[in-house]
Amino acid sequence: MDGIHDMGGMHGMGPIELEENEPVFHADWEKRMFAMNNAISAVGVRNLDESRHARERMDPATYLASSYYEIWLDGLIRILSEKGMISEEELSGDIPPAPVTTPRPALKGRDVDTVMDKGGTYITEDGKPSRFKVGDKVRAKNFHPIGHTRLPRYARGHVGEIFADYGPHIFPDASAHGKSNPQPLYSVKFASTELWGPDGTEGDYVYIDLWDDYLEATGDGA
Amino acid sequence: MAAKHKHGDPLPETVLRVKSLESLLIEKGLVEAEALDALIDRYENKVGPRNGAKVVARAWVDAAYRERLLKDATSAVAEFGFTGAQGEELVAVENTDNIHNVVVCTLCSCYPWPVLGLPPVWYKSAPYRARVVREPRKVLEEFGTQLPQSQEVRVWDSTAETRYLVIPKRPEGTEGLDEGALAELVNRDSMIGTREADSPATVEGV
Repeated sequence: MDGIHDMGGMHGMGPIELEENEPVFHADWEKRMFAMNNAISAVGVRNLDESRHARERMDPATYLASSYYEIWLDGLIRILSEKGMISEEELSGDIPPAPVTTPRPALKGRDVDTVMDKGGTYITEDGKPSRFKVGDKVRAKNFHPIGHTRLPRYARGHVGEIFADYGPHIFPDASAHGKSNPQPLYSVKFASTELWGPDGTEGDYVYIDLWDDYLEATGDGA
Repeated sequence: MAAKHKHGDPLPETVLRVKSLESLLIEKGLVEAEALDALIDRYENKVGPRNGAKVVARAWVDAAYRERLLKDATSAVAEFGFTGAQGEELVAVENTDNIHNVVVCTLCSCYPWPVLGLPPVWYKSAPYRARVVREPRKVLEEFGTQLPQSQEVRVWDSTAETRYLVIPKRPEGTEGLDEGALAELVNRDSMIGTREADSPATVEGV
């Protein structure tokens, strides 16, 4: 979706605000929000791409005025509500919490380090073969899907070069919507001047991780 | 982005809503309080940029390790026991006299947790995400980093699960320092690519 989250290249955002000796968290509620969002992954009711897509659908004006953990709060409530795990009525205390069933049990405190040390798996066993090889010129497609995508707007329609083939991966555009379409993931190198025209910098580059379905051959045989 | 409640000063209803959500999730058996405490402790006290600094210092002193890191960063970083969430597919990119690398996630906040911990607020902010892909040199100037025109800038937009770790240039005048002393020079931002590693003089002067 062409959402407010897709910020690459936008003007008007102002200077970078730096904080000396920044703490990991700025308040207790941030700690709890961070921890909830991670702990709940263990029960298997929503995947990473669904989680990201939920955050992208926050009201755009509110998104811009929110801190990152406020965006997480909005996104977690949104996705858990959509999955039927919680409701606004339960949150407000108007009705008692209804029991829910989940694919897996809740994360135990003693298992946190083991689970986080292991992480997730995004590389897939199978998937479509690579259509492109390192060095190929490719064009990022010009598309505007209403659903989740990880092809940033600023790259669409532009020509780059395959820099690396990372092999078959889960495809977020499918995974965020309960589908599966594993396919190659590439690192694609774009010239700054290709992306930004005369406002780019000659000799500088932007490397973007892009899936096979985001790309098309340039057709010039280059 | 002039909103003043951006961190540490949230709207009161935000704090209340987080509390309500935690109570509800615990009551429903979706999360356990002990796990939340352990997650906070892990990322507040155990996993942070000192991990990455050890990796970089090793790469500076050990040519064979540097080779392994550039070839397969996930495995090379795992030699230190740093693995897992938000670092399942690590790639190391090396700064040289001719190339300067800098990392961003324009779409959200992707960041290599096992080596750097959780991202600072500026990394997740609209100004950084919007600007660094278009005008990286100007953004770096705001960090006090001036790049010569002769140096190629490579911006890495973490749009997938690949997580990028910048190996900063080893500072001048550090020939006599051991690995532990070198790690002290590797600041967090130098591994994102917005600053250089500290020089020994800078550290002594603090």
